[in-house]
Amino acid sequence: MYEFRVQVGPAAFRIGSRWRQPVEQLRRLYADYPTPNIPDFTVRLDAPSLLRRFVRRSVAIDGDYMLPDAVPLPFDQALLAAEMGMNLQMALGWRRHLILHASAVERDGKTLIMTGLSGSGKSTLSALLGQNGWRFMGDEFVLIDPDSGMAVPFPRMISLKNSAIAAMEATADAARFGPLMQGTPKGDIRHLVPPADAIARMGEAAKPALLLFPRFGYDPAIREVAPGENFMRMTQASTNYVALGESGFRAMTRFVKNIPARAIDYQSGEEAMMLVEQLWAELA
Amino acid sequence: MPSQTILYQAEPADQRLIEPLDVITLIYQRRSGITHMVAEPVPEILAAMGDAAMDAANVLERLSAQFDLGDADDAIAVVSARLEELADLGLIDRLTRDV
Repeated sequence: MYEFRVQVGPAAFRIGSRWRQPVEQLRRLYADYPTPNIPDFTVRLDAPSLLRRFVRRSVAIDGDYMLPDAVPLPFDQALLAAEMGMNLQMALGWRRHLILHASAVERDGKTLIMTGLSGSGKSTLSALLGQNGWRFMGDEFVLIDPDSGMAVPFPRMISLKNSAIAAMEATADAARFGPLMQGTPKGDIRHLVPPADAIARMGEAAKPALLLFPRFGYDPAIREVAPGENFMRMTQASTNYVALGESGFRAMTRFVKNIPARAIDYQSGEEAMMLVEQLWAELA
Repeated sequence: MPSQTILYQAEPADQRLIEPLDVITLIYQRRSGITHMVAEPVPEILAAMGDAAMDAANVLERLSAQFDLGDADDAIAVVSARLEELADLGLIDRLTRDV
């Protein structure tokens, strides 16, 4: 087994792989991240059978926390398998923070959090804002400290999908991209290493100041989201709300009561960034 | 043959956390770890019951002291239905008493 260790925000991962190539890809893309001594989680990439180590190679994901019946991925998607494995450990096993399935960026010590279904554009928007004066904090999970209410960064690699790939290739340095993976369960995927300040400052929490529910592909619009609806949406967007029990309830109610929330519809990245700037000036 | 009256009793107030938001109120039940999302008059009913065992008529009497509930027949039907729902959710206990 080949091994790679990486620290992302407060979480430490060990990734074991049957093959050298996925580990080399991870080493290149996570070159600027710290290497932890003691991992919180282990992810293993292995062949689903002896034959599949060599012929039509495919990658099965295993780890401390797993979903039953996870389907192996083709070998050229091994990097995606590693990322999925790391996400699963967080979603199913992390207990130190309330986890929101959301992206986040920071400016002036305050956090903008964006959440929505797959395809809403939350990941792309966080990447775009991270290139335009905001500190990127994460595109997949936002961690809320249950005691302080602060948002803790989890700046893993940005997972660009489909049309977002070309949009970011136009503005970000080519050396920051992972391999293009086509035909994945979510279409084309290409990982992007977050900006240097996102990695250097990944230990810096920031106060949540605005919550947005972006929706791509509709005429531009802004709608206020009341705390009750916000609570319903955010408990659905949290992977560990139930597991945290009373501390999760306290953290979530404080979050929805104190942070202004808006749903925004948009047709393009430029339009979304204008809406974000407008709402940030009014509300944050 | 004695007939039976249904009495209801809420858990002690320290067994739940209540957070009013806007049109909904959240109730976190410590015993089960379940979060309930409820609307009026449920929070008002729980507040009126305190920790005493009482039937629907007693609950209505306490509520009527605070709120204008309109027609008494309609009000007792609403309160009875809500009490049954609260009992089904496990937020109050259903007791019986021979009368």
